[in-house]
Amino acid sequence: MLYRETGQFKTSYAADMAIFPIRQDRIAFWILLAVAFIAVPVLDAYQLWPLRGEYLIRAILIPFLILALAAIGLNILTGYCGQLSLGSGAFMAVGAYSAYKFATGVHIPLDILTISIPPLPVLPSILLGGLMSAVVGILFGVPSLRIKGLYLAVATLAAQFFFDWLFIRVPWFTNYTPSGSVTAPELNFFGFYANKPIEKYLVCLIFVTLFALMAKNLTRGNIGRQWMAIRDMDIAAELMGIRPLYAKLSAFAVSSFMIGVAGALWAFIYLGSWEPLAFNIDRSFQLLFMVIIGGLGSILGSFMGAAFILVLPIMLDQVPHALGMPLSVETMSLTVFVVIGALICWLLIVEPHGFARLWSTGKEKLRLWPYPY
Amino acid sequence: MMKVTLAFAAALGAAAIATPAMAQPQEQFIPALVYRTGPYAPNGIPFADGVADYWTLLNERDGGINGVKITFEECETGYATDKGVECYERLKSKGPTGASYFSPLSTGITFALTEKVPGDKIPLLTMGYGRSESRNGAVFPWNFIAVGSYWTAADVAIQHIAHELGGMDKLKGKKISLVYHDSPYGKEPIPALEARAAKNGFTFKAIPVTHPGVEQKSQWLAIRQDRPDYVLLWGWGVMNSTAIKEAAAVGYPREKMIGVWWSGAEPDVTPAGDQSKGYKALMLQHGAGKFKVHADLDKFVVGKGKSAAKDDYAQVLYNRGILNSMIGTEAIRTAMKKFGNKPMTGEQIRWGFENLDLTAARIKELGFEGMLQPLKFSCQDHQGADEARAQQWDGKEWKVISGYYKADLSILDPMVKDLSAKYATEKKITPRDCSKES
Repeated sequence: MLYRETGQFKTSYAADMAIFPIRQDRIAFWILLAVAFIAVPVLDAYQLWPLRGEYLIRAILIPFLILALAAIGLNILTGYCGQLSLGSGAFMAVGAYSAYKFATGVHIPLDILTISIPPLPVLPSILLGGLMSAVVGILFGVPSLRIKGLYLAVATLAAQFFFDWLFIRVPWFTNYTPSGSVTAPELNFFGFYANKPIEKYLVCLIFVTLFALMAKNLTRGNIGRQWMAIRDMDIAAELMGIRPLYAKLSAFAVSSFMIGVAGALWAFIYLGSWEPLAFNIDRSFQLLFMVIIGGLGSILGSFMGAAFILVLPIMLDQVPHALGMPLSVETMSLTVFVVIGALICWLLIVEPHGFARLWSTGKEKLRLWPYPY
Repeated sequence: MMKVTLAFAAALGAAAIATPAMAQPQEQFIPALVYRTGPYAPNGIPFADGVADYWTLLNERDGGINGVKITFEECETGYATDKGVECYERLKSKGPTGASYFSPLSTGITFALTEKVPGDKIPLLTMGYGRSESRNGAVFPWNFIAVGSYWTAADVAIQHIAHELGGMDKLKGKKISLVYHDSPYGKEPIPALEARAAKNGFTFKAIPVTHPGVEQKSQWLAIRQDRPDYVLLWGWGVMNSTAIKEAAAVGYPREKMIGVWWSGAEPDVTPAGDQSKGYKALMLQHGAGKFKVHADLDKFVVGKGKSAAKDDYAQVLYNRGILNSMIGTEAIRTAMKKFGNKPMTGEQIRWGFENLDLTAARIKELGFEGMLQPLKFSCQDHQGADEARAQQWDGKEWKVISGYYKADLSILDPMVKDLSAKYATEKKITPRDCSKES
């Protein structure tokens, strides 16, 4: 009923190939964008519910957007191309530390020639950070030409350990700070200073919107079809004329580019000052869970997974307090572990393909509402 | 089912209505970032208990600070920086005047919050940890690294070794290794130790242990091979007891091990049992045991069943927790002297910190005699004290084995100056002119 498409006829190829072929989806998408770009800043400007104070923006929305971006990146690799990766934390770290180096100036004194790059503005630094991460992603993607599945996961795990070690051990990356902890430069986007939380939020939002649209379009096009063919059966794909080398490495490149940008945003915008521990193996697992819970091979699912893994525990943590029955923090945090764990088990039993599949099943039912079959 | 849903909705509604009604203007809200779970919980719990108990004591005995009741709320960080930032955002604007001050008990969270507190105008109390260069109040106006920094600790540890050897000149040619937690926390003392090594002519070697520190076999095998004269231990949580066990396993004498003050509490030595006997550690001025303030705690907090502590009462980290709360609440009290007896804002409390003067008489009056030497902050000096002692574990309790050492400021002051200047240029901060501020 709600999703009945009677009367929506596609009369051109363009209409047939639209990102959102169903009108209801289109409307929902524009409403969502309007809420994110217009309603949130307006509510913030007038300090209306639920954006009273900065908590929701600074502690929920900004990390949610950044981790959703990283989840989209990982989803391209794992969900669309079928290459299991446990190195996302390392790619985030590469993005963060290279962006830091570019923003504070690179100086490599070699015997033959000295490479010196003056400090770059923040935006190019972040994008270059993503690019460095893409290069590293391609390097660690090379084993994927020979091995797959769990074996590849172990190979990417090597990236995780290697970069954890590298950023702790090599003081050049941290500009020789004695403690090994670095602070982000000020967020100057060509004269525009993102200081207020709402400005930081908008910067993240622009990045996430652009990259999500880019990812969506990539996955709908030629290259995305190649990735999916490789994922579904690599030998069949090869027989059809798809080059696994190109398809797999491009998936690694695009994926780690996005994850690298997300890492740079996490460091520059959310944390402000960080150490390698911010990108340790836990982060890789967190991202992988987001992708699995949200739905492999779905952009929407990446957002839902990020919300589930990041936001739900924070919310659960505050429920008893809001209800006026303050439990001790240790009881509470253990309860949150149990509840989230149980929810994950339950969800994976009910719908192994994650939230994205749940949503599309819901849509099916809404077409025939109130009598779905 | 319907009934349950209705009851739940009613509870939610009631909570929503009740929240604004509960907010009273005469309250001072103090947040507590704690970790009662995770690999650092054994040390996080006693500290958090002490912090909470002192606030409860003030409420029960004096009705708060000068009549302003203290409200506090804990937020579990699990020692993770991103969780700490989330907790900070959650608690910073609670209460009628917002958070009084934050005390994160984690060097990583301290670094992240250092970037945020100037914008929110909330002081950061990092007692005995955090950025050593934040002592310079001209560049770090919101950080208060009270009582001592890691550089103080490093310097005092070397002085104690020299004392045991029989003089500063005996250090020459000796080998001293540092087993450290591989994070900003563990790396902080390295520059100070390197400066000392250059000055006193000993060989210094830094040996990292990765987070959380349960795996350190190879490090101790290297130590057995290298046979350093002394091993300094810069660990936290499970890393400390593991280090003691590994030292015992390779036969390294525990008497030659000196831990920093975060490696010198009961949870660090008791898991290793008899193997810990003889192990030494620095004290952040205070030790374990009962002092005058504990009589009040016994009467007003423990006696009334309001204590958070279980079997960690009056232990090293519990005592550090009450000391931490005392410095914070005394800063609030100092601020009230100037701004009146009402809830203070973060900005006013910062003034209170900068003008805090804990004289020997005041410390005695508060019941902290023997736990703290006089402490005085100023615009320039956000550390206030440079003394520390050493203690030794005899198998049952910590014994104080030295007098007070004062860190050598001729070494440390230039380091503070250099690094804070570097931070100021990096962040484009114009240092305050402390000579012009009263």
